[in-house]
Amino acid sequence: MAAGPAPPPGRPRAQMPHLRKMERVVVSMQDPDQGVKMRSQRLLVTVIPHAVTGSDVVQWLAQKFCVSEEEALHLGTVLVQHGYIYPLRDPRSLMLRPDETPYRFQVRLGGAAIYLAKKNIRKRGTLVDYEKDCYDQLHKKINHAWDLVLMQAREQLRAAKQRRKGDRLVIACQEQTYWLVNRPPPGAPNVLEQGPGRGSCAASRVLMTKSADFYKREIEYFRKALGRTRVKSSVCLEAYLSFCGQRGPHDPLVSGCLPSNPWISDNDAYWVMNAPTVAAPTKLRVERWGFSFRELLEDPMGRAHFMDFLGKEFSGENLSFWEACEELRYGTQAQVPTLVDAVYEQFLAPGAARWVNIDSRTMEQTLERLRQPHRYVLDDAQLHIYMLMKKDSYPRFLKSDMYKGLLAEAGI
Amino acid sequence: MCDQTFLINVFGSCDKCFKQRALRPVFKKSQQLSYCSTCAEIMATEGLHENETLASLKSEAESLKGKLEEERAKLHDVELHQVAERVEALGQFVMKTRRTLKGHGNKVLCMDWCKDKRRIVSSSQDGKVIVWDSFTTNKEHAVTMPCTWVMACAYAPSGCAIACGGLDNKCSVYPLTFDKNENMAAKKKSVAMHTNYLSACSFTNSDMQILTASGDGTCALWDVESGQLLQSFHGHGADVLCLDLAPSETGNTFVSGGCDKKAMVWDMRSGQCVQAFETHESDINSVRYYPSGDAFASGSDDATCRLYDLRADREVAIYSKESIIFGASSVDFSLSGRLLFAGYNDYTINVWDVLKGSRVSILFGHENRVSTLRVSPDGTAFCSGSWDHTLRVRGMVFRFPVCERREDG
Repeated sequence: MAAGPAPPPGRPRAQMPHLRKMERVVVSMQDPDQGVKMRSQRLLVTVIPHAVTGSDVVQWLAQKFCVSEEEALHLGTVLVQHGYIYPLRDPRSLMLRPDETPYRFQVRLGGAAIYLAKKNIRKRGTLVDYEKDCYDQLHKKINHAWDLVLMQAREQLRAAKQRRKGDRLVIACQEQTYWLVNRPPPGAPNVLEQGPGRGSCAASRVLMTKSADFYKREIEYFRKALGRTRVKSSVCLEAYLSFCGQRGPHDPLVSGCLPSNPWISDNDAYWVMNAPTVAAPTKLRVERWGFSFRELLEDPMGRAHFMDFLGKEFSGENLSFWEACEELRYGTQAQVPTLVDAVYEQFLAPGAARWVNIDSRTMEQTLERLRQPHRYVLDDAQLHIYMLMKKDSYPRFLKSDMYKGLLAEAGI
Repeated sequence: MCDQTFLINVFGSCDKCFKQRALRPVFKKSQQLSYCSTCAEIMATEGLHENETLASLKSEAESLKGKLEEERAKLHDVELHQVAERVEALGQFVMKTRRTLKGHGNKVLCMDWCKDKRRIVSSSQDGKVIVWDSFTTNKEHAVTMPCTWVMACAYAPSGCAIACGGLDNKCSVYPLTFDKNENMAAKKKSVAMHTNYLSACSFTNSDMQILTASGDGTCALWDVESGQLLQSFHGHGADVLCLDLAPSETGNTFVSGGCDKKAMVWDMRSGQCVQAFETHESDINSVRYYPSGDAFASGSDDATCRLYDLRADREVAIYSKESIIFGASSVDFSLSGRLLFAGYNDYTINVWDVLKGSRVSILFGHENRVSTLRVSPDGTAFCSGSWDHTLRVRGMVFRFPVCERREDG
């Protein structure tokens, strides 16, 4: 009887790292010095050796992993549900009770140990040399569970005859756990269940021989990657600090939100106040428009105010052009030729009604590419106008009376 | 030109020489053929120039890879938790479940929020896809897919449609109608076609394009109206399990994670992989961008979550604990990026301080593995879906300031 669950078919054990990790935990729990305290547990009138109590298991886990008792209980429960530890009382329910309830560890029993033990018992110590060595080795290895090996051996020898009550109980509990884990009753969760098989396309069990093309592509990828400019970690990481610091007060899960979080108070006032189009935007919302140009454009209200501002500066066509390009990029494939034409007529053609001021080189390239329109054909022009707005109009917007007025008017 | 060949035990007629031999599946572009070993060997060496051998190419690739690692390491002058030392600790959170959505008769596999911050679409193992107003817990729409294991679902930006798919290898779009007489399934549109299960899908900035990830090892961009394939993304060596679109100004990239333990960043225009990261020790189940777009987090079966910075071009943080043994199935950031929520296969949700690298909270409640987790669009709550058939919406009730307490994560 193997310890722990058998992996479901099609999913090799190697692909289930959590089983290996659980096994390691269970092994360290059985360490004679550092492991959980093992003692003989009295179960009604029977005495079971090498058992542990539920509360000892919880305490040991809490201490070993520096976690709360609640978390230790959860982890211990998971070990029981997978059959690594089995209950000696009430074996039908795979639960870990944080009290005096006794438990034992499943043991990975090879047939060899039982076979040799049986032979030893039958022939009363007349094992041949290599058998004796093997027996001694196994005894050393699973010393703490040797009684279980002997139990199994005795059990198999005295099949129809009188059995020791303690042995029967332990074996019954162990078997019960094994079947509960591997064949859960209907309605009970199956801890072994995995999702649909993975790795079926590249068949991870299967060898891969790579061809010239594969390596050439890898080489090209690495060459490009080596040519890329990288930024120092210190710079990148500082950026997180300032981003999180700036946005922290705006993060409801970190700082709460006013007047209240709708989910907590069951009052949707917060949503009403922050609806896409309201008469008066909140202060926090107007502040966010100052965090980045993208933030401003993503808020329909922010974008509308920005459009107003641009109108006053007679550069509204920039934003309209940008919006038209977005429509092209994310629009239906069938619409692409029509949209490209419309954008050209309105924004790019000489003498167009809302002509946008793109640098001559980009304009030349764009007009050239327009002969074979596709959804990305205006990317360069769009980027140019975007950067123009971001570097020029946007900072002016933030300094404008219009924006300052919105900030001042905003209530909360 | 083929780029990978595989070994498998099949006997039959070779697609090239037609002789009866032991065959291997061989991939030419996306077409699968069966070649005998001789023809496969010939094909493998096609494209070699004079003085080149497979071995020489392999060693060149490997030495370049080594150089890349060196370059990446050169600029790594400080660790995130060191930089974050001067940041104030978050203290202790009290997060409570405020809504429990019951109605799926089977494992919930995926969910997505609507832009209106309260509606949710969720999909399950038995083929059911449900749209909820999670604030009132009312079910507003329900449709049963013709397949089981609907592993992917997404809400359209307009709020007027949903997309879903799974073991049917497709991604279908359903317009949401409020006409009680209309059958939702009647207007279903089949958009994406993969050769293996659909693991993830997401609309781009509009209702008219969908990005998909599949067990066939590829991602693809589709035009919803016509079902046309606009771009495909090849490069993963195994099933792709997750994807996320970058919140960037130019809106051109997305990241995907797969069973090959790689996270890959793609250029949507060209179909090329622009960056790849391979530090996880097992399947990557979930990827999500940090709100600034400069980094992304991943959750994996190796029980860790990791943060990768795109400008530094490297992994910059690992979120793990010895007591966390089970794989992380789903990750998402809070609005400011300070918190990382991760759902695990041991039924728990761990909340991580992204900057300090410590765990600030562990949340119990689900009775089976957490399969999906998303923070709401305005960051007021997060929703988790589980194999226990339910979805839970949780919010932050209170946060205690920092005080002396036993190190608990």
